[in-house]
Amino acid sequence: MSFFFEVFIGGLLSGVMYALVALGFVLIYKASGVFNFAQGAMVFFAALTCVGLTEKFELSLWLAIPLTMLVMVALGLAIERVVLRPLVNQPEITLFMATIGLTFFIEGLAQLLWGSQPHKLTLPIEDVPIEYFMEKFNILVSQFDVIAALICALLVTGLALLFSKTKIGRALRAVADDHQAALAVGIPLQQIWGIVWAVAGFVALVAGLLWGARNGVQFALTFVALKALPVLILGGFTSVPGAIVGGLIIGASEKLAEVYIGPLVGGGIEGWFPYVLALLFLLVRPEGLFGEKIIRRI
Amino acid sequence: MFYREAGQFKTSYQADNQIFPIRQDRIGIAVVLIAAFVAVPGLATDYAFSAIFIPFLIFSLAALGLNILTGYAGQLSLGSAAFMAVGAFASYNFVLRIPGIPVLLAFVLGGLSAAMVGIAFGLPSLRIRGFYLAAATLATQFFVVWCLTKIQWFTNYSSSGVITAQEMVILGMAINTPVKKYLLTLTVVCVMAMLAKNMVRSNVGRSWMAVRDMDVAAEVIGFRLMRTKLLAFAVSSFYCGIAGALYAYAYLGTVEPEAYNLDLSFRILFMIIIGGVGSILGSFLGSAFIILLPIVLNLIAHGLSLPTNVASNLELMVFGALIIFFLIVEPHGLARLWQITKEKLRLWPFPH
Repeated sequence: MSFFFEVFIGGLLSGVMYALVALGFVLIYKASGVFNFAQGAMVFFAALTCVGLTEKFELSLWLAIPLTMLVMVALGLAIERVVLRPLVNQPEITLFMATIGLTFFIEGLAQLLWGSQPHKLTLPIEDVPIEYFMEKFNILVSQFDVIAALICALLVTGLALLFSKTKIGRALRAVADDHQAALAVGIPLQQIWGIVWAVAGFVALVAGLLWGARNGVQFALTFVALKALPVLILGGFTSVPGAIVGGLIIGASEKLAEVYIGPLVGGGIEGWFPYVLALLFLLVRPEGLFGEKIIRRI
Repeated sequence: MFYREAGQFKTSYQADNQIFPIRQDRIGIAVVLIAAFVAVPGLATDYAFSAIFIPFLIFSLAALGLNILTGYAGQLSLGSAAFMAVGAFASYNFVLRIPGIPVLLAFVLGGLSAAMVGIAFGLPSLRIRGFYLAAATLATQFFVVWCLTKIQWFTNYSSSGVITAQEMVILGMAINTPVKKYLLTLTVVCVMAMLAKNMVRSNVGRSWMAVRDMDVAAEVIGFRLMRTKLLAFAVSSFYCGIAGALYAYAYLGTVEPEAYNLDLSFRILFMIIIGGVGSILGSFLGSAFIILLPIVLNLIAHGLSLPTNVASNLELMVFGALIIFFLIVEPHGLARLWQITKEKLRLWPFPH
């Protein structure tokens, strides 16, 4: 039984990491209706820039992180200016395609700037089992994962407050609802998009640091975006809590499926199991767990 | 001056309904076809066949398939490479397990298998739409590739998971040189493009477009949503399946399931975006663009003697930037540019 719980908790904690990436998607989708495929590339870019700064200029991590933050904000603003502004009011699929183009561009840029070899990223958090759980329940729980979960929780609380309590948050939601209507009532669309992309850049940085510390900073980091997609489907594209709950469900079920069902069918089912799970779920609730119900009129 | 249809009168319904009602178009198509069937085989080198012409045709066919689904029926899909994989591996198994089966029949059966898989994975489209559907089609992508990798029966228990396409023999003639493979591919693509062109002009195509434009409204005025959507999935997957079989048989020769990865799906998606969503011609233009772009970029990088890793990263960047550029400047793709050119040519050289 303790093995089950170990897998389960490990899954939940890795789900937190998925949720973190999914959060970046939700932010941008919620605030601009853009399904940002480039989020994975942004995570990669952020992590690589941070590592690159510490390695190339021998900066300390505490200096490199704020600098990377600046770079990410600049990147976000540049994306808004160069890519999104000319595409205002285009169909959603066009915007989506543009972010796929963006993915290629950012991936190329990141590797052009910092080289394409894998890097090691060390955060001052150690990846050791917590002794308390070890002694009390005989379960391995990594300290790193728990701290990552806490950071994630903090981030989510902050974002939830931003969306629900502030004026900017209200403007964000208005823009998401209808670009043109928001423009018409005097919401500065460009400014709002700039803010959103900057915040998404920040979330990407946090995700990039945590994932990078876990698995090394390498090109494979861009694939975490693919892990975040089923999380999104499950949780609903427009819901911050949905991203978290979806992340937890996906993380836990994926690990459990790999351990308990995997051996029966030959293993490696982690790649598609979340998708199939999310797909089955969609058949019951087409807008995801917390997604807004889509009302369609003729 | 060159492109003026004044004076071309149609006096029968038949004449009015033909695929290319304008004489200049008919001449143009004839010239292109003659060039493709006669001039290219005579002039091109073996390298050009295997690096440019054959992949161009195969990708055109796959793009055509996706365009039917996305451009005409409005169902965004990121799983086209999976359907290609099904087509390829099914054809391989039909040829392998049914002795003496004609290769073309195996292709058709492979395409039908892909169509069946397409219908199965198209079922969610009845409930979900838009990005949810796009993300859900990724399930197809990962699941199919996983299945083909894990279930060894599909690869005939080859230890590496790689299949080697059997030699194609059609009417006693072995298709084993690039020229023959090119001609085979070209014939298949021409026939299927013709079918597609006719399909989208017929009531099937109209029902797809009605569903694309507003599915609720289409349902209200009497289109059967389920049948229309699933038919779009089936036809699209059939096209992708045939393209996948050709990809294995006429292009690569030996192929592993991983060759049909998400990247390939994305490339096909780019083809229809750059070429023009909802346009048969666009599928060809987009495919040509995506095939030629890396080659041209490579030549430039070679000319500037850049190191290979810098060149490949620059290629990614240019690729991404071009996609964004196209979307901003011409969201309807190259096909729309061609249309604009034609309209301009009607008046040229006069201003009005």
